[in-house]
Amino acid sequence: MEENTLPEIIGFLCKWCSSAGADLAGVSRLKMPASLIPIRVMCSSRVDPVFVLKAFLGGADGVLVAGCHPGDCHYQSGNYYTRRRFALTKKIFEELGLDTNRIRLSWISASEGRRFVNVVTEFTENLKKIGKNPIETEVFL
Amino acid sequence: MKSFKIPKPPDDTIKDILLFLLENKKVSSIFALSKMHNNNYAYTLITNKELLNNITPTYPLMPANAGKMISRLTMIEAVKSPVAVVLRPCELRALFELVKLEQAKLDNLLFVSFTCGGVFPIKTKKDGLENKLEKYWENVKTGEDLQELRECCRICENFVPDNADIILQLAGNDINNETSVLIKTEKGAGFLKGMSDQFNEESLESTSLDIIRKKRKEKKQKTFADLKTEDFGIEGLINIFGRCINCHACSKACPACYCKLCYFESADNESDPSTFEIELKKRKALRIPADTVFYHLGRLTHIGFTCVGCGMCSDVCPTNIPIGTIFTKVSERIQKAFEYTPGKDLEEKVPMAIFEMKELEDVED
Repeated sequence: MEENTLPEIIGFLCKWCSSAGADLAGVSRLKMPASLIPIRVMCSSRVDPVFVLKAFLGGADGVLVAGCHPGDCHYQSGNYYTRRRFALTKKIFEELGLDTNRIRLSWISASEGRRFVNVVTEFTENLKKIGKNPIETEVFL
Repeated sequence: MKSFKIPKPPDDTIKDILLFLLENKKVSSIFALSKMHNNNYAYTLITNKELLNNITPTYPLMPANAGKMISRLTMIEAVKSPVAVVLRPCELRALFELVKLEQAKLDNLLFVSFTCGGVFPIKTKKDGLENKLEKYWENVKTGEDLQELRECCRICENFVPDNADIILQLAGNDINNETSVLIKTEKGAGFLKGMSDQFNEESLESTSLDIIRKKRKEKKQKTFADLKTEDFGIEGLINIFGRCINCHACSKACPACYCKLCYFESADNESDPSTFEIELKKRKALRIPADTVFYHLGRLTHIGFTCVGCGMCSDVCPTNIPIGTIFTKVSERIQKAFEYTPGKDLEEKVPMAIFEMKELEDVED
């Protein structure tokens, strides 16, 4: 990927933790690459694996699913289900030769503005190394 | 395990058992594969014992997955009076999965099944299945691979119906003149009480079954290796699923696809003109119908845990995509990763419905 083009990351952020963490990063005026397109969901377990697939096949360079740390879910156990679903998605990616480096599951709490910045920055750097998602210009999907 | 022998071929043996059950009012009706008028085959519910003559439960054809059909019958309420159900092992596994997913109820059902030799693709019926039967039964006995069978059947290792109440020994046995009937459960024994007084002790597993299993396993490993799904990438997926016409027949036939309103058929998955515009801006051209790869990958995420490898999907595909083989392979890997065997144990929960507090640490951060 060229130096100055940013990867596009679709981020599914849980309302109670990760999205609040993103807000905290904002009000704390922390700097991070403008690569994330956030979609706020009520719980990370709202993210059906087909959402991840849709974003990925739609040409997103990376897909981030972020929620509360295990044990801290606003709805008690949503994020445990998220983890299972994500593991399933990842397994399917592996088995079908798709790049698992393009999808990521991170736990970011509402107080972790700094961690939010780190996750986005790190993911962006990784995606820069991998390059553009070739699916973006694929016609015969 | 208690068993008895009936000096008849398997279909007639099953007829004898079912007739006994009907005449003694132990069951009120029969669910089994029947030969219909003009030589078609279909699953039927029968209460008239004259019509029992039409049933052909071991005829190597699966016009629908019986597990899904039983789910249709028992989704809202369990059947009120006992029904004897004759079905194949993969259909029984599918039904057990559907029970776990609250799509079917097992109360009042008696399961008769057999060690399965596989079925021919539905499309075979048209060009004369009858003249292939002799070879088929010969191969059921020896366990040799038969090329014309469903690919999923040729690679199936789970051909023993562990959860049935009454099991007929077919695979690995000489069944022209005599069929042995195993009584697997207490329930089965209760239903068959009075049918025979000459019981033997017989084990369900035998060396001949092990030999067949080994042959199928070798065939499976080879088929899976030849698929090379790990090398697909997006290019490979487009190659395979590029033939898809988006008819969704695979999901209609699939016992694990049980949603009344499928996401892929819902308004959520419709595209408005602006979506096409955006896509075109990006891609400069677009395949219509779009999203065929998305559909198949999405379906895989939905049924990966519960796929029992029956092969209905490949069978009904109008463009002959080997969906069943690919799904069976990927699903088997998923199920292994979650240490789950679909259709084996009703108490074992579907992995999607449960979790451990500490697990899968390699996928999160």
